[in-house]
Amino acid sequence: MGLLQNFRNNINQRNQGSASVAKERLQILVAHDRMGRDQPSYLKHLEREILEVIRKYVPVDEEAISVSYEQEGQQEILELNIILPDHGSRL
Amino acid sequence: MARIVVITSGKGGVGKTTTAAAVGMGLALLGHRTVVVDFDVGLRNLDLIMGCERRVVYDFINVIQGDAKLNQALIRDKRCDKLYILPASQTRDKDALTKDGVGQVLDELKRHHDYVICDSPAGIEHGAMMAMYYADDAIVVTNPEVSSVRDADRMLGILSSKSRRAETDVEPITEYLLLTRYSPERVNRGEMLSIADVQEILSLPMIGVIPESQAVLNASNAGIPVILDQQSDAGRAYQDTVSRYLGGELPMRFIDAKKGFLGRIFGGA
Repeated sequence: MGLLQNFRNNINQRNQGSASVAKERLQILVAHDRMGRDQPSYLKHLEREILEVIRKYVPVDEEAISVSYEQEGQQEILELNIILPDHGSRL
Repeated sequence: MARIVVITSGKGGVGKTTTAAAVGMGLALLGHRTVVVDFDVGLRNLDLIMGCERRVVYDFINVIQGDAKLNQALIRDKRCDKLYILPASQTRDKDALTKDGVGQVLDELKRHHDYVICDSPAGIEHGAMMAMYYADDAIVVTNPEVSSVRDADRMLGILSSKSRRAETDVEPITEYLLLTRYSPERVNRGEMLSIADVQEILSLPMIGVIPESQAVLNASNAGIPVILDQQSDAGRAYQDTVSRYLGGELPMRFIDAKKGFLGRIFGGA
């Protein structure tokens, strides 16, 4: 039985992985696909307008602002991230 | 109130038409007035799978364009008088499938049937969009294979954003997942995504699992919906699927590996 078991384990080891690799790849891909898809279409526009408003008061870079959108169950989370410049450069 | 059910997938060759024929026949056999509509303009095949290819006179686009009455284009199934088929056009331009035209034909079909099954073409082009646009329910068919699962996810996104229900802000399309060509032996060997894997990735419950089966090819060879092959595992799995669609709670069958000759002697892994 030892030999047979060994043989079988070898086969299992060789095959193990192809399905789990598939699952792992798909989970990453699907999560990525969904992120792009679930974003509301106004997001880019919103980002641009917020940037304009902030620039009225603080000189910030285009890259200094990021808007992200997430959905957790029924909750929608709109996250705004603005990196303000150093104190000296305020208007 | 009649329901419009789209059979869709994104990916081609996963069993949409086989499923449309089986589900349509299954509903009709239970006494529901059912019509199966082929949306695959230019690549009409539902008629072949259902064995009525020599009875096609007029088609879906003839009706939309007013060249024929709906009753002239509908083909009544010879095995079940509750079942009708509306064939797709083999020659016309896909764009003839206008949104308004499709809507009018579906409305008329809803008046005389309990279920309108829309057999979608593969892809996410115009025909596929028209097939799912008016749907109340969607059966998304997928194989336990990476590209098919990814496309199913893509299609789920489209159903929830581009359909009439999504656009008019009413209750969204009810989505069901159907896993076809499932091979429990390969799942056991770690070579194939399992039911749980696919369910987890798409976060959608399974309405049925159709095992990989020789009966499917045999049935399409003969033009007989596989659900009529009651001896076959695939046929019975489709019957279960139809029952679940109608609200029945049945355990999944044919999802455990059959032990082979050697397996029986040495004990399963």
